[in-house]
Amino acid sequence: MNDIKRRDPRAEWILRNRLHPEHSTYALTQATGRLSEWIGPTGVKRKNPHLVGFIGPAGVRRIDRSGAQSNQQNTVKAKVDIDARRLIQIDGPSAYIVVVPELPGGRFSAQDKDLFGLAQQLAAKQSEATAVLGVILSPLKDTELGDVGMDRVYFADESQCSEYDPETHLQQLTAIEREFNPLYWLFPEHTSMSADLGRRLSVKLKVRATSHLWQLDLDTLMATCRASGGASDLYRPVSRVIMALAECAEPVSDTRHEARVIDSSINAADVIKRIRNLGAVSVDPAKVALSEAEFILSGGKGITNWDAFHQLARSLGATEGASRVAVDDGHMPRDRQVGATGTWVTARVYLAIGISGAIQHLQGIQACDKVIAINTDPGCDMIKRADLAVILDSSELIQSMLDQLQQSQVEVQHVA
Amino acid sequence: MSRNLAKLPSNDEVSVTVLVSVGQHPVTGRLRRADQDARALEMAMGLSDAEPRVIYAGPLNDSIEPALRGYLGMGVSELKVLRQSEQNDIVPALSAFLNATPSSVILCGSRAELGESSGLVPYQLADALGYTLVANVAVIEKVAASQAVVLQALPRGQRRRIEVALPAILAVDSASPVARQSAYAKATRGFINCVVSDTEEKDATNEWHYAPARKRPKRLKIIKATSARDRFKAAAAKAEGAGGQVLTSVTAEEGAAAILKVLKEEGVLKT
Ligand SMILES: Cc1cc2nc3c(=O)[nH]c(=O)nc-3n(C[C@H](O)[C@H](O)[C@H](O)COP(=O)(O)OP(=O)(O)OC[C@H]3O[C@@H](n4cnc5c(N)ncnc54)[C@H](O)[C@@H]3O)c2cc1C
Repeated sequence: MNDIKRRDPRAEWILRNRLHPEHSTYALTQATGRLSEWIGPTGVKRKNPHLVGFIGPAGVRRIDRSGAQSNQQNTVKAKVDIDARRLIQIDGPSAYIVVVPELPGGRFSAQDKDLFGLAQQLAAKQSEATAVLGVILSPLKDTELGDVGMDRVYFADESQCSEYDPETHLQQLTAIEREFNPLYWLFPEHTSMSADLGRRLSVKLKVRATSHLWQLDLDTLMATCRASGGASDLYRPVSRVIMALAECAEPVSDTRHEARVIDSSINAADVIKRIRNLGAVSVDPAKVALSEAEFILSGGKGITNWDAFHQLARSLGATEGASRVAVDDGHMPRDRQVGATGTWVTARVYLAIGISGAIQHLQGIQACDKVIAINTDPGCDMIKRADLAVILDSSELIQSMLDQLQQSQVEVQHVA
Repeated sequence: MSRNLAKLPSNDEVSVTVLVSVGQHPVTGRLRRADQDARALEMAMGLSDAEPRVIYAGPLNDSIEPALRGYLGMGVSELKVLRQSEQNDIVPALSAFLNATPSSVILCGSRAELGESSGLVPYQLADALGYTLVANVAVIEKVAASQAVVLQALPRGQRRRIEVALPAILAVDSASPVARQSAYAKATRGFINCVVSDTEEKDATNEWHYAPARKRPKRLKIIKATSARDRFKAAAAKAEGAGGQVLTSVTAEEGAAAILKVLKEEGVLKT
């Protein structure tokens, strides 16, 4: 069907003119639901509210002004999803601001995005066209490079692209320094790779780096940094090399950037390596501090078989947590208590078995991304918080999870 | 546990130096031994039976001395002081001293508890001395004549094994084993020796000033909505998620399978 709404000037004229011989017939077609809006005799838009909206569940006519539910006959709207964000292109920038994101797990962290936001704010303050250059030194899975705020992007060669190789990475950064002479170097603070690199670079460039920055006044270029191990604030003029904390600026949200790849004609000299990365070490999840753990299996009063619970934690590779009641009853040590008076956890996945979700407990899991709950009571608060909830007896469910885990292990062994 | 692992072979002449600073209690503000530095000293004491050399550079007065004695109380008999006035940069003094009397392993904390605490000192020292540097060390696994194997602390309690050529500076992370307690009698018995004083290197930090830490403002939720309805919906939305999927009247097998599926999707279950 044709989506374009066509005006019929003659019909509109007849509708306006109540003395027209055909007026009543035209008014009738309108009443049958063709026109609910028309331009009145004085040029004012008129509406017939009886023709719009829909009959709600209580039998009352409802009008939804957002247009989401209005009747189809009269809102013929060509609906195309247009990206409302401005696309920003910078050709031949005269200056650069470099950001070296941390990319934990190959993805941009919230802190990385904040840093790109800060870089864009700094770039906007410059008098000449300034591009934000993202330097990708470790493997990257994300693809929306322009959305985070990169005008240019530099990818390290595959041979030099790794999680931790400070000497090679430093060589690449100094090569970029020679080639582009950036106005600022931005590194996320508090992380395992870039904060280290930033400090190495600042020493090499003989710049007294601004570290632990959390606020930057863009007009005076005065930085506020956490000093004395967090006990005081240091106010100082910002330097060329910046290590910034999370939430130092708002991330880029209403512009898109082109993220043009700059050809890696940048030649980093080879280095004699004195640091060798022997790879990640498998850590015992039971020994990981609760506040740091990524995946927590937490038990409460609803656990009847604690041996099975511990066994499940072992086979899932999860760190154990507990509610206060479980700790008070002596099933779990005190340092495993999650909640207001225990530990505030930051786990990405939190699996709560037999925990009712008292407010003191829910406070402790505010930062968790995905919460899975197992409980017999479908009305409890933990179920309301959970992304996935299973209403079942804990011991049965733990047992069948153990069985299924064992089965998949057997299958793996058969395949191997 | 790790202490025994890392015991040096007795014939090896790996000398260990620990750089310490003055710390501050996070709540009371009382001066004390710095936590990370104490952990570094603990690590050094586990490395060999020989006593590590402990060096402090900076100002020395009646309020700082008791704090430094906290390290002596851990069982070392002597602490060397490179005395500097308050405004001086300590790196030139340290590098001059360490250049004259080198050491193959230098341990220190990652971040000081007083002053700028930028964590740059180990990097500046490594640059001045030409040493290799590894930051955020949690455990020293092995030290041989020409290289060491250490575990580096990563976020989320993860660890990475690194082999580093000596001589090296190892900056110790807060994830390393806790330091032993400081014994008062040992602390009063130990010696604090001034070996050099003031090199004339002033810091160019006169434009800087310190203030008690301000509370960081909470980030506001920015709502990008085009219609009034969207804005209203965003403002009225409860913080507690929209409620997830609830599986009622399922068998234990189905429930377990659903949970394991989510765990696999989230990437926390490896098998
Ligand atoms: C000042 C103060 C501070 C507190 N701080 C904390 C804190 O830091 N952390 C904390 O956790 N608590 C804290 N609490 C306690 C808190 O209020 C709750 O009492 C506690 O969290 C409840 O623990 P629970 O969910 O394990 O037990 P309950 O509330 O008894 O819940 C047990 C749940 O298990 C379910 N269940 C029972 N049997 C089964 C079964 N067979 N299979 C499956 N499910 C079953 C029940 O339906 C119920 O939902 C604090 C309290 C106070 C007053």
